[in-house]
Amino acid sequence: MITLDKVSKRFPGQDGFAVTDLSLQVDDGELVVLVGPSGCGKTTTMRMINRLIEPTSGRIAVDGRDVMEQDPVQLRRGIGYVIQSVGLMPHRTVGENIATVPRLVGWDERRIRERIQELVEMFALDGGLIGRYPSELSGGQRQRVGVARALAADPPVMLMDEPFAAVDPIVRERLQEQFLDIQARLRKTIVFVTHDIDEAIKLADRIAILNVGGVLEQYARPEELLRAPASDFVRDFVGPEPGLKRLSLMSVADIDVEAGPVVHPDAAADEAVAAMEPFGLDWATVLDPEGRVLGWVDRADVTGRARVGDADVKRFAAYVTSGSSLRSALDAIVSNRTQVAVVVDEQERYRGILSLEAVAKEIIT
Amino acid sequence: MQPFARAVAWILSPAHWWGPDGVLTHTAEHVEITALSVAVALAIALPAGLYVGHTRRGEKAAVWTANLGRALPAFGILGIVFPFTLSLPGFGFYPTLIAMVLLAIPPILTNTYVGVRSVEADTVEAARGMGMSEVQLLRRIELPLAAPVIVAGIRTSAVAVVATATLAAVFGWGGYGRYIFDGFYQNDTVKILVGAILVAALAVVTELVLAVAEHLVRPARGAAAAGATA
Repeated sequence: MITLDKVSKRFPGQDGFAVTDLSLQVDDGELVVLVGPSGCGKTTTMRMINRLIEPTSGRIAVDGRDVMEQDPVQLRRGIGYVIQSVGLMPHRTVGENIATVPRLVGWDERRIRERIQELVEMFALDGGLIGRYPSELSGGQRQRVGVARALAADPPVMLMDEPFAAVDPIVRERLQEQFLDIQARLRKTIVFVTHDIDEAIKLADRIAILNVGGVLEQYARPEELLRAPASDFVRDFVGPEPGLKRLSLMSVADIDVEAGPVVHPDAAADEAVAAMEPFGLDWATVLDPEGRVLGWVDRADVTGRARVGDADVKRFAAYVTSGSSLRSALDAIVSNRTQVAVVVDEQERYRGILSLEAVAKEIIT
Repeated sequence: MQPFARAVAWILSPAHWWGPDGVLTHTAEHVEITALSVAVALAIALPAGLYVGHTRRGEKAAVWTANLGRALPAFGILGIVFPFTLSLPGFGFYPTLIAMVLLAIPPILTNTYVGVRSVEADTVEAARGMGMSEVQLLRRIELPLAAPVIVAGIRTSAVAVVATATLAAVFGWGGYGRYIFDGFYQNDTVKILVGAILVAALAVVTELVLAVAEHLVRPARGAAAAGATA
């Protein structure tokens, strides 16, 4: 747990405060993102936690212990640290870079070797990279090595300053996904700094929005921030389409699916029509005997056919699963000619449909 | 025979190698004063340069010292220091040493400071954030990465000292300068050339040896960077 209690920072020779009277608590296993425009003191705040910068006033505690009462070098060895440019040592191999903190704290070589191997696998890095130098890596690999290095001695707390900002958007997205997967398993207590609100929304358990001078505007869960911004500053900073952003935070599993009309290929045409009627629709999903989705037919398709399967069964443009976000469900709704999202399980078995009304209800409430 | 060829022949004749005015004796003297001057300069300039480069404190003082050192004429220093060292043993040795140390300090100081400062700030920042102490930062990151630049400074100093240490002969110490100044007084062109050739040869050898050393201390950075930094 990290606690900031009325922390202020004023740099010598500067008029205003870089951080003003900031109080914040980060719970164990929680990923908190500090976000705000440049000059909002987010990096300064983060760097005060491991004493790279010392506060002018106020108190910072990690696991209940005041950081100012600890030896800064020992304190930092217990806190993972990643910066935007990564800062790998250019004259050390990937393995040696990852081994930095374990060596500092005196692990034996065998344990270090095993740990390097474990981290390389965790971050899906090629094992051949261990003996390579940082200049021989791609940008994305460097970022992953940077995060792996910070995790090497398994610190309970991590500080991350825009660790994914230096790579292109596609690589960044992949790194974020991978990082979320790893964090879901490790449950580290993380303070993460970014200027990118979308990254914050995607990664954070809670977001602290800071204004210029390190003034805390709002500290809340992402969906709360989007639903109820505390100030005009937060509303502006969160940006356009807050409703869509909230949908991206919610999954299909969060709302009830409708049963929807279904029919088997062997059914007669009038059975298909009978299935459509209770839902007020003029199409039905066609399922095989195992319940897998074959496609859909409308009333005109089956008219005059002996069996539904004789008609031209059309494919849905997109499916969603219970793990999909409501935003992708909305996308499926507007992409399918039937104007619903078809929900399937992992084996492509039919679970139901989502209508535009059902999704829209989530944005409004 | 041309004077140059005669001078070379003179040097190569084993009859001129031994004795108080022999080639080997003056070589030993010249190497001694050079090595000692550079060692003393290194002992002063390296810690100072590391301190300034690491802490970024006293940068102005370092630049000022280096420029002043370059502006001071070695001959002038020798002349000023000489009267104060008359009571010391090794007539002419100490004024030469002091002048040569002052000559050798600026390149080592400047290169050490610049070499350390040019290590990427983010590399140091990340390592500090991971819990390296200031001494560990210096020894594990800044010093190894700055080493080639520091050795280049030593090379500049050493070559300059080899050339300038010939002045020692004016103040009574030996070295190759002995041949040059004796040659002047005796109107012996060949002797002057002997001194000049020997000084030039020692300067080239010094340059080559330290160039190899500079290459050896270059930290590995992998295939992609090797081409870029070579």
